[in-house]
This record gives sequence, C-alpha cells and structure tokens, in this order.
Amino acid sequence: MRPPVAGKGGSLFRGTSIGTTWFWLGAFALLPGLALLLVSVLDKGEIDFFIPVLTLRNYEELLGPVFLTVLWDSVRLAALSTLVCLLLGYPFAYRVARARPKWRPWLLLLVIIPFWTNSLIRTYALILIIGAQGMVNKVLLGLGIIHEPLAMMYTDFAVFVGLTYTLLPFMVLPLYASIEKLDPTLGDAAKDLGAGSLRTFWHITLPLTLPGIVAGSMLVFLPSLGMFYVPEILGGAKNLLLGTFIKNQFLQANNWPLGAAASTVLTILLVLMAGLYRFVSLRVSGRERKGLLPGALGDPDVMNGKKRRARDGETAGAKNAGGA
Amino acid sequence: MALWLKRSYLALVYAFFYLPLFVVFVYSFNSNKYTTNWAEFSLKWYQSLLSNSALLDAALNSLLVAVCAASLATFLGTISALAFKRYRFFGRKALYIAIFMLTVSPDIVMGISLLIMFIALKIELGFFTILVAHTTLCAPFVAVTVLARLAAFDEQLIEAARDLGASEPEAFRHVLLPLTAPAIAAGWLLSFTLSMDDVLISTFTTGPSFEVLPVKIYSMVKLGVKPDVNALCAVMFVLTLVLVLLAQTISQSRRNQ
Amino acid sequence: MEIAPIIELRAVAKYYGATAALHNINLEIANGEFLTLLGPSGCGKTTILRLISGFESPSRGELLLNGQDITGTPPEKRQVNTVFQNYALFPHMTVWDNVAFGLKMQRLPKTEVNWRVAEVLRRVHMDALADRKPSQLSGGQQQRVAIARAIVNNPLVLLLDEPFSALDFKLRKQMQLEIKHLQRQLGITFVFVTHDQEEAFAMSDRVVVMNEGEIRQIGSSQEIYEEPENLFVARFVGEINVLEGKITALRPDGTYMANVEGEEFVLRTKRDYEVGEKVKVLLRPEDLKVYLEQEKALAPPFFLGRIVETVYKGATVDIMLTLDNGKDLQAAEFFNEDDTDISYRPGDRVAVSWVEGWEVVLDEEGE
Repeated sequence: MRPPVAGKGGSLFRGTSIGTTWFWLGAFALLPGLALLLVSVLDKGEIDFFIPVLTLRNYEELLGPVFLTVLWDSVRLAALSTLVCLLLGYPFAYRVARARPKWRPWLLLLVIIPFWTNSLIRTYALILIIGAQGMVNKVLLGLGIIHEPLAMMYTDFAVFVGLTYTLLPFMVLPLYASIEKLDPTLGDAAKDLGAGSLRTFWHITLPLTLPGIVAGSMLVFLPSLGMFYVPEILGGAKNLLLGTFIKNQFLQANNWPLGAAASTVLTILLVLMAGLYRFVSLRVSGRERKGLLPGALGDPDVMNGKKRRARDGETAGAKNAGGA
Repeated sequence: MALWLKRSYLALVYAFFYLPLFVVFVYSFNSNKYTTNWAEFSLKWYQSLLSNSALLDAALNSLLVAVCAASLATFLGTISALAFKRYRFFGRKALYIAIFMLTVSPDIVMGISLLIMFIALKIELGFFTILVAHTTLCAPFVAVTVLARLAAFDEQLIEAARDLGASEPEAFRHVLLPLTAPAIAAGWLLSFTLSMDDVLISTFTTGPSFEVLPVKIYSMVKLGVKPDVNALCAVMFVLTLVLVLLAQTISQSRRNQ
Repeated sequence: MEIAPIIELRAVAKYYGATAALHNINLEIANGEFLTLLGPSGCGKTTILRLISGFESPSRGELLLNGQDITGTPPEKRQVNTVFQNYALFPHMTVWDNVAFGLKMQRLPKTEVNWRVAEVLRRVHMDALADRKPSQLSGGQQQRVAIARAIVNNPLVLLLDEPFSALDFKLRKQMQLEIKHLQRQLGITFVFVTHDQEEAFAMSDRVVVMNEGEIRQIGSSQEIYEEPENLFVARFVGEINVLEGKITALRPDGTYMANVEGEEFVLRTKRDYEVGEKVKVLLRPEDLKVYLEQEKALAPPFFLGRIVETVYKGATVDIMLTLDNGKDLQAAEFFNEDDTDISYRPGDRVAVSWVEGWEVVLDEEGE
C-alpha cells in the first residue's frame, strides 16, 4: 500500500478558504456598508466630514424638495432608459439566443465586448454621433432634411440616449441567458395546443424569461441612477441627477452624511430589486439561480449552448455540492 | 417576421453598439484638429499621447493597480468560490448573497462606502486605498466566474481521484485546478479590464498623489471632443477588446481538449 | 478453519441528521466473490458502497477490510477502488493518464507504471486508444477505461456503482458478460450495486436485497428468486401472485392442507404452522397452469376465472385473469412447439392451478 500522507490538508484548506472569504467580505463589503449606514445618521462637522452626533436630519433633508426633484428626475430618466433598453434588447436577445448554434457564440461575443468596454469611453464616443458636429447632424444636413444642426447635446434626450447606449448590453446579456435556457419545444407545445404566436409569447415565453427581464432591468436601472459621468458629459451641468448629487456631497459640498443618506436610498432600491429578482426567479423555476450574467462571465455551457449535465441524485453531488 | 427583417434588426443594434466606437477609432487617425472634419491619415495624436508625461504616469499607475488588484481579486475570488462549492459553513448563504449583491451594486455606492471607511480609519488615499477598492470591485466577478465553472464540475471527479489514492490537496492540484484554470484566467483578465476602466470607484478612492488613467481620461473628456482624447479612447478600447477576446477564448476552451 | 471475510460490516448504521440511511447492517463479503447489493433507489445500497470506499463514515458500528478496522481510514488509504456511475473519468487527461493516475499517486517508479498501465489497457482492449481523451470515446469504451483505472491498482475489492446505467440495452448485456469474465480472471472481490434484478441475478454469486436501510435477504440468485423470505423480496425481484390462505390441517408427511382463495390445496413448506393460522401463498406467473374450462384436463383443486387480457412478449405470453372471487392473477406461458394454439381471448373461462411444491408459503405480515 501507498505510504501515508499528511491527511490534514483538506481541513487546513477548509479553514483557510472559509476564513479568507469571511475576512474579505467582512472587511471590504460589510464594514464599508455599515460605515455608510452609520455616517448617514451622523451630523456633518465644521472641519471634519462627519461628527459622532446621531441625527435623522439627513433623511429629513432627503424629503425636502431639492432631493425629491433630483430623485424624481433621475428615476424618471432611469426608468425610461430601462424601458427602452428592454424594448430594444428583448427581441435582440431573442434573435441572438435563437440564432444558429454556429453563429451564436460570435453574436454573443459582439455583445460581451461593449459590455466590458469602459462606459466612459462609450459615452464619449456618443458625442461624435449626436454632437452639434456629430454624424447624425452631418447626415441629416447632407440629405437636406434639416438646415440647422439639431441641438441634441446638453438635453435630457442626450442623457437618455447615453444611458440607453451604454447600458443596453447590461440588459441584453441577462435576457439572453434566460431566453437561451428556455426550451424551444415549450413554444411548439403551446402552439400545438392552439395558442397563437402572441398568446404563446404572453403565456409561455414572457413568464419564463421574467427573471432575465428583472435582472436586466436591475442592471440598467441602478447604474443609470449612479453613473454621474453620463449626464455630466452629455447633459452639461443643467439637470442634477442622483449620481452627481451624491458625488457633489462628497467632493464639493462636503456634506458626507447627506451623501451617505442618499446612497443608502440607492442601496435600498438595490435590495428591493434584488428581492424582486429572487421572488420572480423562485416563482419561475422553483429554485434560485446562480447568477445574473453567466454568458458575460465565461460560463462555457451558456456559450456553447450546452445543457448542463443532469446531476445524479443518490451519489456524490447531493451532499456536498454547494451552489445554494 | 421575415428573415431579412430579423437580420436587419440584429445588424441595426450591432451598428448602434459599434458605430460610435468605430467613429472614435477612425477620427483618432485624423490629422485635423477639428476632429469631425477629416483631413488626412496621421498618427500625431498618438505621438502627442506618448509625450504627455502626466498621462503616461497615470497610465503606469493604472497598470500597476490593475495588475495587483486583478491578482488579489483572482486569489480571493477563487478561494471563496472553492469554499462555496465544497463546504457548508456558518454564514455561507449570507456571504453568497453578499457576493451576488456586490456584482450588481452601483459602483458609486461601493466607492463612497469604501471612502468613508478609509477616512474613518484615517488611511490616506492613494495606491493602497485604490488597490483595496479595485480588489473589492473585481473579486465578486472572479468568484461568480469560477463558481459558474465549478457548477459544471462533477464532484465525483474529486472522489475518483481520492479513490485512486490522491489526498485532498493532490486531488485539488491534479483534477480541480486544471479544470478550473480557464475560468480563473478569464477572471483575472476581466478583473484587469474592470480596474483599467473604472471611473466611479477610482474617483472616490484615490488621492491627488496617485492619479489613475480612467479619472484622468474623465477630466479630459469633460472638456469635450479632442483629437488626442480620441486616440486615448481608441487605445483603451483596443486594450479592452484584446483582453475580452483573450478571456473569452480561454474560458471557452473546451475543458476536455 | 473458515477463511476470514475480505470485508466485514459490524452493526453499521448511518444517519443523516434524524433520517437513517442504514439500520444495523451486518454483512460479510467473502474474498473473491461477486456480491451484488440490490434494491430500489434510496434503500441504502449506495451508502454501503460509499462506506466501503470511505466517502462516508458510519454513524455507528465498524468496518473491517482484510481483518483490519478501517472505519476511520480516508478513501485514499484504502486498498479499494471504485468504478463510478458516470465513470468520473478525468476529462483533461488521456486514457493513459487516467489509468496511470492511481499508480502515480502511489509514487511508483515510471517503468512499473508504464508496464502496468499497458498491461491493463490490453486486458480491457483499450491499448489502441490510449492517447484519446474521454470525450472522444464511446460509452462502452469509457466504461472500460473506468474499469481499467480501478483494477490497475490491484485493489482488494472493486466497487461498481450502477456502472451500466448510462449504456443502452445491448451494450449493457455485453459489458455484463465482460465484467463477469474479468472478475473470474482477476479473482478479486467485486461489490456491485444495481436496482436491476435481472442484472443482479445474471452476474452475482450472492445477492443482498435491501430496502429502507435494511438487508431483507442474502442468498444466491436462485434462492432469492425461488425462495424469497418476505413479501418485499418476492415482489421486488419479479412479478408474483400473492394469494391468501389459511391452514386447515396438518398432514402426516409434513405438508399442510390449506384453504387458498376458497379452494383446498396441499402446501409444502419448511416453516411450522398451526391449524387456523393465516398464510400468504406466493406463486410466480410462470408457475401457474392455465387451461380452458371446458377442457377439464385438470384434476382438482383449481380456481375458476376468466381471461382479462393477454400480452404477447415474444418468448412468453402474459395472461391477466380474474378469479371468480374477484382476485386478479398473472400467469405466463412459454410457447410450446407442440401446443401452438394457446391463444386465449379476453372473456374465456379458464381453470388455474399450479405444480404442487412450487409455491412459497410466508407468514401473514403487515404490508
């Protein structure tokens, strides 16, 4: 028989890996989160960014007209962008997911590239399209459709286009992931049972891809509230939106507690949307999903369009396979 | 819907994705100072980038941060993915949710939370703080990438290795690691990309002593269209393109070949 | 002196939280035998296999391998190897590397690894495909590699966990034969897990029938099939008719008279019964004799009933019938070249009996 080996290696790794995970998430996620929450109920100081005096004044201030206007403008714009991303992205993701297997990885790759490309650069690139000297104006002027350049920059419209443009890939990828998982024979079955295309979509496709819709909406809606550089580049300084508001509290107004409170509002929105996602995906599949963006993050099965191998119940996996 | 209609819709959206980037790329070779009027092909804006020492310093800083943060994030993300996959432990579910939330949480919130923590702990903003911040940003993505790979990993392979006389560390080294390596490598590359591109978090977590490229680009972009900014953006885009292609190629490499 | 068993489970129990996967299992496996653990899914057969391989440890009791207590020994230090259900071949290694893995883990010299891998690959006819990756192999070839990878280590015991479940019918039959030959050649102990009774009977020296974490019967294939010790075993290993009976008299030759479903029959059994005791009389479909009622070729006692349905099965015809007292029975008749027209039709009146002595008599038990 083979010589005995030190058998403690497994449990050593167990301790280290769990400890590392705890340390990392504790120190870099939990602790800053708590710090944010704490500062949001502190008072601002004359010299210090915050002083240890508990107060709810910051939240009261958020209820005032200034912040509510900012919030309302931001939410309206973000919601509009999210809706348009969904309307543009759904048929697109559907076509990509139902493209021939040979083409699918390439089509997906073409979405993944803008997904990972710096949004700042993409926002900047948009100026060359919608700016006064941009492509759109040049083409329209050239065709004689307009005689004066359209003033698209520094308007709400520009911010809306910017958000839609930069965040569309974030809508498409989760939609793709959930549409790709959808068994095409379900649609056939619905049609076989007499449902027309529209009713098939309404009763089968849409409910089953709802987790993807929620996930995509979350990934568009939340960043569009926080990405301050899109309105700052495309919208000028006219419309104060949530991201800029928060940034200003920290970098200009030096009212950290107020900024922290506004961020807390954003975090609450995140938690609500994550809860909605969980609820929807539990309802659809009866179990939790692993993540939002498998395709974007190099899950080989999604890319190759393979179905995950059915897991075997009685043996190995069942007891110690994680995955939640 | 007719086939041509479906295809032209796809083409239209792809055009929407790529046309602006393409225009930036083309104009970066335009010799005309007024960027939107084409004069002739020229590399002078790239040359002017190379002579901008402040920009180069920022680029070097960014490279340093990106390499370190990506490596740290890959280490942390991989270790925790393994812990999630293999063990049940106190707080597992909560930590799992935390990782999930970190991948979707708005960057601005992460940035200012870390800023508050650094200031509260009286840590001076600079290389160290931005390194920590970028590691925090990237590690959840690595964890999710590796977990996706591990989800497809057959736990029986570890048992088979142990059945054949491998200790648990040996089974990790000979079976789990080689099969997970593509995801780990892809995680590193994507982390590097994230770090090189991050504006929101960098804005809050670095100090004047340590300027990084994305923040520098932001300050340039704010001033409007400039030919050298075109060149800079083109360079950044190509860099991202290469890294993403590399990451995809590696992670798609069929694990049995 | 009796030879010591190669594996011994002593009062082994396994709990997962409050649920018991195994209750008090005592099992001795003789060196060189082909033993099959047979039972429905969740009966604990796989748990026993995993206890032997070391992937589970018993909650109670002890486990001996070759006379040594291995209860706490990790899997990598047990001289036992497993053929996994889905083979669990390492996808990133060639056939050769897969087979060499165990030997490399033992840190054997390279030359020894090489000749042993070469030899075992020849033995399973995979030497020509040594450079292939598992994904480039068919199911049967993967199976052979999985076996080679296990036996190359010269284990004391080879464990096989439903190794044929991924194969189609024809290949499964072929692999059953190959594994049986292999076991005979190697002379090592095989412990085989399956839920397929036919597979179990075809391959094993002994079969252990399990249910709900308990061993219900241990015996040769023939014993299990022909002399089941309880209703579970009787029903699990094939179709069986269960008739209600009551002992009416003891006969001087040791047999009994009993009222079975309203008719008086002679019952043969080794068990002791008293007059008035209720029993179950078990008959396999092929043990029943069916005649058309008008033929009356049958001497009493017999049951009267009518045909409900006949099912053509190729070598046999299954006959579903209902007795006049409402009891449903199933009979099976082999085609007889001399008697070509046993074509019953639904509704035909028939008489049913059985060959005396082929019945199995069991105690009345709570079902």
